[in-house]
Amino acid sequence: MAEPATATEAAAPAVALLKDELDIVIPTIRNLDFLEMWRPFFQPYHLIIVQDGDPTKTIRVPEGFDYELYNRNDINRILGPKASCISFKDSACRCFGYMVSKKKYIYTIDDDCFVAKDPSGKAINALEQHIKNLLSPSTPFFFNTLYDPFREGADFVRGYPFSLREGVSTAVSHGLWLNIPDYDAPTQLVKPLERNTRYVDAVMTIPKGTLFPMCGMNLAFDRQLIGPAMYFGLMGDGQPIGRYDDMWAGWCIKVICDHLGLGVKTGLPYIYHSKASNPFVNLRKEYKGIYWQEEIIPFFQQAVLPKDCTSVQKCYIELAKQVKEKLSKVDPYFDKLADAMVTWIEAWDELNPAGAAVPNGKAK
Amino acid sequence: MPIPIKDDEIDIVIGALHSDLTTFMDAWRPIFSRFHLIIVKDPDLKEELRIPEGFNLDVYKKLDIDHVVGTSTSIIFSGYSCRYFGYLVSRKKYIVSVDDDCLPAKDNKGFLVDAVAQHITNLTTPATPFFFNTLYDPFTEGADFVRGYPFSLRSGVTCALSCGLWHNLADYDAPTQALKPEERNSRYVDAVLTVPARTLMPISGINIAFNRDAVGPALLPCLRLAGEGKFRWETMEDIWSGMCVKVICDHLGLGVKTGIPYVWRNDRGDAIASLRKEWEGVKMMEDVVPFFQSLRLPQEATTAEDCVVEVANAVNEKLGPKDPMFARAAKAMLDWVKLWKSVGVSSYSPGA
Repeated sequence: MAEPATATEAAAPAVALLKDELDIVIPTIRNLDFLEMWRPFFQPYHLIIVQDGDPTKTIRVPEGFDYELYNRNDINRILGPKASCISFKDSACRCFGYMVSKKKYIYTIDDDCFVAKDPSGKAINALEQHIKNLLSPSTPFFFNTLYDPFREGADFVRGYPFSLREGVSTAVSHGLWLNIPDYDAPTQLVKPLERNTRYVDAVMTIPKGTLFPMCGMNLAFDRQLIGPAMYFGLMGDGQPIGRYDDMWAGWCIKVICDHLGLGVKTGLPYIYHSKASNPFVNLRKEYKGIYWQEEIIPFFQQAVLPKDCTSVQKCYIELAKQVKEKLSKVDPYFDKLADAMVTWIEAWDELNPAGAAVPNGKAK
Repeated sequence: MPIPIKDDEIDIVIGALHSDLTTFMDAWRPIFSRFHLIIVKDPDLKEELRIPEGFNLDVYKKLDIDHVVGTSTSIIFSGYSCRYFGYLVSRKKYIVSVDDDCLPAKDNKGFLVDAVAQHITNLTTPATPFFFNTLYDPFTEGADFVRGYPFSLRSGVTCALSCGLWHNLADYDAPTQALKPEERNSRYVDAVLTVPARTLMPISGINIAFNRDAVGPALLPCLRLAGEGKFRWETMEDIWSGMCVKVICDHLGLGVKTGIPYVWRNDRGDAIASLRKEWEGVKMMEDVVPFFQSLRLPQEATTAEDCVVEVANAVNEKLGPKDPMFARAAKAMLDWVKLWKSVGVSSYSPGA
């Protein structure tokens, strides 16, 4: 019963919040027709298109959008040998967009995601909700049973200590999906017809010390607070694994956010996910990940970052070290990934010198 | 799929702080009438209880409480704490408890919420405390575990506690409600989710259900505020009990869920009056939360009773010196375990 909103149903807001402070990063190999549906909500913002796959193909961007586009040739040109850390033939390449952005906030969305409707039939301005999530505090140290206490119509419940009511800065806003849910391949194979029609009217902070599966389909974050940790790993062409890019980033950012006292929210907004990818293709991509995650999760659950890791970059380099130490024995892939994590930070700091932490040493 | 359970495995326990339960019982009749009810009258209530016909119930009053509990205990079963006597004497596996100023709520489609059915569904489907599922309860129809959720964690653990929510008068503390006197909760959040392991939260007693076999003794009437009164704004007993239960569930590998069902909570009382009378409760959480967050129980504590004793000893040691209220709570917790062992588990059958 979930349906996407049509282009005419979505009404542009009176004020486009943060329009000069937020970039929308979209990975694509096909075309960007889906942007027509989003026009009223996205047009005020600058887009960063990361074109995956064949760089000779021309990606058609609808008229009227302000954008910069990068294909593989651009990535290689800009990063040189460090381009090896950016995935090819996988939407993980989108993290290149995070790196080249000059804005404080990023919203990333997949090109098969459309505007959803809330239960009243109104088109959902997902970007606006993400911004609200990012601009209001998170509450990771104690769970509020009425969910986000900063939302209109809610508050902290009886028993919530007053000293924790100021909250902490929100680094990540994780949105959800109506229609095609983000299931793994085995679940898709068992339940090919399941559609998510439940609209859960809540935003909540994921508690400190709790990991979650972060989906990159409908995600926003504060680039200044957590950007360097949003590396989407080595996936796709030449790699033994796919569809774990956002998962990997999600585990890394959560450990780092917990360490640095930053918040991660999940829940609203919903987008309408229209395309179910082929479950057999997905199974082949995910196959190793399904086994590996049994080792990876305990690794992240037990990961401890030393007190002197006071910046995101330092935390990330330390995590890379621990990945190399502890996960290489699972598969040599993790050794490569750990190196790529370091390369990513070096590339990030090169492209973003003002935000760089105390200079790190060269990678081994 | 929820485990199919029989109606006779469930007790509905109501603490009567009001003498006239007619409206309350009539409103809940379509939902409650299948089950056995235990009604415990607040020993401080002077008037006779008025209960409509047509229910299968046992009523316990001051005389019964005194007879069973005697004078050997420091536990005071008055006010909201009276319901725990019902937990003590019940012999059912599942208990559902709502405040007597709550009525059935309506869901987002306008249908009456069967709070009992939803609580039982929550308790009879697994909880998933070790990893957060972004689509909330994966055992709900129409939902599942999302991509990236480790398969080894998908069988989940037993859910021991189900915490429901409230429409209209939400469970705010007095300062919050006093600041926003007109605020009423009308949002229906159609989800139930597992509270992650080692995450603590304020567990309200207004609308809860639990697996008595698994955690019965861990719900306890032990913390009394100096100015404790007959409005939830003037108590913290359930919040205290909830912190104990959560720590114990985390230790025993049991789950706690929160979310639906909703109940409709009547407007009652005056937040400002309550605030003037009792504000110690609000301050106490500043000490209580860090204490419970750092509490670790020894491996040898493998039953709920053992765990309560461990918590009580830790309370006495670490919080007792800060305020005599905590020392009294610790003593009451030890008394509660003794009481539970003698009354809570025997084949004792108190007369009505």
